[in-house]
Amino acid sequence: MSSDNLLTLNLKIWRQANNKEKGEIVDYTIDGISPDASFLEMLDVLNEKLIAEGNDPVAFDHDCREGICGMCSLMINGQAHGPEAETTTCQLHMRKFQNGETIVVEPFRARAFPVLKDLMIDRTAFDDIIASGGFVNVNTGNAQDANAILVPKENAELAMDAASCIGCGACVASCKNASAMLFVSAKVSQLALLPQGKLEAEERVKNMVSKMDELGFGNCTNEAECEASCPKGISISNIARMNRDFLSAAVKSKD
Amino acid sequence: MTDIKKLDGKVPAGKLQDKWDQHRFNMKLVNPANKRKYKVIVVGTGLAGASAAATLSELGYDVSTFCIQDSPRRAHSIAAQGGVNAAKNYPNDGDSIWRLFYDTIKGGDYRAREANVYRLAQVANNIIDQCAAQGVPFAREYGGTLSNRSFGGAQVSRTFYARGQTGQQLLLGAYSALMKEVGKGKVKSYTRREMVELVVVDGKARGIITRNVVTGEYEKFSADAVLLCTGGYGNTYFLSSNAMASNGSAAWKAYKKGAMFANPCYTQIHPTCIPQHGDFQSKLTLMSESLRNDGRVWVPKDKNETRKANDIPEEERDYYLEEKYPSFGNLVPRDVAARNAKQQADMGKGVGSTKVAVYLDFADAIKREGIETIKARYGNLFDMYERITDENPYEVPMRIFPAVHYTMGGLWVDYNLMTTVPGCFALGEANFSDHGANRLGASALMQGLADGYFVIPYTLGNYLASEGLINSDVEETAPEFDEALKTSKERFDKLLAINGTKSVDSFHRELGVVMWDYVGMARTAEGLSTAIDKIKAIRADFWKNVKVTGTNDGVNIELEKANRVADFLELGELMARDALKREESCGGHFRDEYQTEENEAKREDDKFCHVAAWEYTGDEKEPIRNIEELNFENVALTQRSYK
Repeated sequence: MSSDNLLTLNLKIWRQANNKEKGEIVDYTIDGISPDASFLEMLDVLNEKLIAEGNDPVAFDHDCREGICGMCSLMINGQAHGPEAETTTCQLHMRKFQNGETIVVEPFRARAFPVLKDLMIDRTAFDDIIASGGFVNVNTGNAQDANAILVPKENAELAMDAASCIGCGACVASCKNASAMLFVSAKVSQLALLPQGKLEAEERVKNMVSKMDELGFGNCTNEAECEASCPKGISISNIARMNRDFLSAAVKSKD
Repeated sequence: MTDIKKLDGKVPAGKLQDKWDQHRFNMKLVNPANKRKYKVIVVGTGLAGASAAATLSELGYDVSTFCIQDSPRRAHSIAAQGGVNAAKNYPNDGDSIWRLFYDTIKGGDYRAREANVYRLAQVANNIIDQCAAQGVPFAREYGGTLSNRSFGGAQVSRTFYARGQTGQQLLLGAYSALMKEVGKGKVKSYTRREMVELVVVDGKARGIITRNVVTGEYEKFSADAVLLCTGGYGNTYFLSSNAMASNGSAAWKAYKKGAMFANPCYTQIHPTCIPQHGDFQSKLTLMSESLRNDGRVWVPKDKNETRKANDIPEEERDYYLEEKYPSFGNLVPRDVAARNAKQQADMGKGVGSTKVAVYLDFADAIKREGIETIKARYGNLFDMYERITDENPYEVPMRIFPAVHYTMGGLWVDYNLMTTVPGCFALGEANFSDHGANRLGASALMQGLADGYFVIPYTLGNYLASEGLINSDVEETAPEFDEALKTSKERFDKLLAINGTKSVDSFHRELGVVMWDYVGMARTAEGLSTAIDKIKAIRADFWKNVKVTGTNDGVNIELEKANRVADFLELGELMARDALKREESCGGHFRDEYQTEENEAKREDDKFCHVAAWEYTGDEKEPIRNIEELNFENVALTQRSYK
C-alpha cells in the first residue's frame, strides 16, 4: 500500500457549541495524512492536533467503524457519507481525495435531526418511527419451529435487501424535503415481504407513515437522492411497495 | 493467601439434561399483577440487553434501558458477521443438543461450567424460532426452509445466517421487540447515557448513576435489580475489532462494588482480521470466520519469497492448517488458527509489506463454485476488504492476521447469571460463563440471546420473589445515591483538573502496545510481570499528565474517553495478573512455558481446573484470587485435537 504520498488538506468544518447556539464554518489545514487512513481517522488526527493546541476537538458521531452500526454521518462536500457510492463515512478512505483538496464537512441537516454539537446530531426520531410499528408483535416464547414458516428464497432476499438499512439518516439528509420515506419503506417492505409480518402489514404502514409525518419529516417527490446516497444501496422500489401498501390500507381503513 | 473463597456456582442437582427444566420448576414465580411493581434497570442494549429488556417488559416488569449511543440499535452486537449456532439438525448431518454442548465445552478447552453450556445448547433452538418469528431475514433454501453453513470447531453445519450481517439482523430483531415495548410505554429508553456508578444499598444492587453525555448531567436511577449487558473489554488493547465506544467501565464499577471478575486473561484473538497498516489506525476490522469455509490459508514455503501471491506456484505454498490439521483443516477453532498464523509470522514466513500477515485465498473456491456464488456468500465482506485495503480479493488473496476480538472473561455469575453482588446480574459478553477459555464462532450471538430471551426472565423472577423486595422500594433520595453521584462527579472533575500534556488516546495506545506484546497471543511469566510494572507506570503517568480539554458541561468526548481509559489501565493490570497466576495454557490463554511437543496448548488440569474470580480490595492494592472448582461429570477432559 502506498504511504509515501501523504496528503495536505484544507478542511472547512461546521462548529456549533450546542443545540442552542449558532454554528459556523471554521477553516483548518492538516498535513501528513496517509491515503490509507479512513475519513474518520483523518478527523482523529485533526482532533489530536486541536487537543495538543488546547482547543476543543470536533465532535462527530461514530462507533463500529466497519460501516454497519449507522452511527457515523457527515455531509462531505455536500454529499451524505462523501463521494464513494454505497460507502459509509467510516469506510471512506483518504485515497479518494487529492493532495491540496478543500473538503467541506457539515452535519446531516433536517428539522427532525437537531444538531447537538458540531457534527453530532439527534436521530431519536428514527427510534420513534420504529416504536410506532416497525416490528412483528410476537412476544418471546410464542414462536413455532422456524421451518414451519416457509419463505420463498426470492422474498427472503428482497426482505434482506431492505433489512440492510443501518438507520444512519443519509436518505433524510440528502433529500431536499428531508423525507424519511426510504428509511420507513425499508422496514415496511422487509416485514411486508415476509409471512411473519403480513398480518399487521396494514396497521404498520399507516402507523409508521403518520408517525413520520408527525415528527416533521417531509414528503417524497421522487427525486431518488435518497437511493443515490444510501450507503447500503437500499432501493426506492421499497417506497413504491410502501405506497401501494399504504393506499391499499387507506382504502380498506375502517376509520 | 488465607482469604481464598470457594465460590458456589449454584448449579442445580440432577442429570445434566434435566437441570434447567427442574430448576425452572423449583424457582419462585412473581405473580403477574406484582411484576409491574418491580423496577429493572438494563444497562447496554446489544443482543443480551435488548432481548432481556423486551422480554422482561412483555412479562410485565417496569424496565428502563440505558445505552451510550444515540439509539439502542447501534450496540456493537450489530457488527457480528457470520452467524448464530443452534442444534436444529435441519441438514440431517448428525447434530444434536448434546453435540453442540460437547463442541462448545471442548472448544472452550474445558474451562466452562458444564451446566451453563448445556442450557445454552438447549435454548439455542428457541432462539432461531424466536428470531424467525420476529421477521429476521435468515438465508433460505429454494424450498423456503432455513439455510445453514459451517463454522470453526464443528464438523456439522449448524450456523444460521443472514448474509454477512447476522449480528445486525438479530440485533435489529431484538431492537424491534424492544421498541415495540417502548411504543407501548412499557420500557423507558435512555440513550446517550453512560453508567458511571453502581449503587448498592444494604448489600444489594439498587440502582445506577449515569452521566448524560450530551448535557454532562449526573442522574440517579433506583431499581430492584440491575442487569449489566455491557459487552466485553477487548478495547483494553486499544486496537481491536470492538467499536470505539465499547468499554469495560460498567463491569469495572461493579467489580469495585464487590462483583468478582472471572478469568480476565481469557481473551480471544480472532484469526481473520485485516492487518494493521499504520500508526494512525483507530481500530481493526474483522473478516468473518465464515470465509474459512471457502478460503484457504497459506504462506510461501520460502521465507525470502518476494514474488506476488499469484506468481507463487502451488508447490511452493505452505497450506499449513490443512497440512497440520487434516480433519478440520481451515476450520480449526479460532485460538488454534490464530496461534498458527503467529507462528508462521514469527518464523519470518509472513506476507505483505509488514510480514505480519498470512494469505486467505479464494482462487480455488472461485474456480470450483464460480464467482457469482462466492459473491452471493461473501460479497459484502469482499467489498469491505477492498475499501479498506484497495486490493480486490476476487483477484488476489486477502491478507489477514489475528486481532483482539472478544473477551471470554467477565463478571463472575452463578447459574442464575447473578454476580457476587445480589441483585446485580451480568448477561452476554459481560459475564464469563459459557465459553471457557475460547469461544467458538457463531456462539456469541447464541449466548447473548439465550441469556436475554430465555434465562434471565426466569432467574430474575426467582431472585425478586425470594428476596421479598416487593414492599421495600429504595428512593433515589437515599444517601447511597448521593454518595455514589458525588464519587463519580469528583472523578470526572479530577480528570479535568489534571490538565497535563498528553492526550487520552496516547495513553490508550501505550497501554495497547504493552497488552499486545505481553498479554497477547503468547505469554510468559517474565513478560507478564513486566506488563504489570509497565501498566502501573502508565497509569501513574496518566493521572499526572493526561490532558482533557473542555469542561464537564455539554458534550465532551475527551472526558468520556478519559474515564474509560482510566478503567482500562486498571483492568489491563488485572488481565496480566490473572494470566501470570494461571500457570497453564488453555484456549486463548497461551503460556509459552506450557505447550505440548507439537506447540499446542497444554492444560494443567490438576492445578487449574477452576475459574479464577478476582476480588477487589482497594485501589493500588493486590486483589484476591478466589476460585470456583469446575466439575466435569459428563465429558472426559482430553487434550483437544483437531488433527
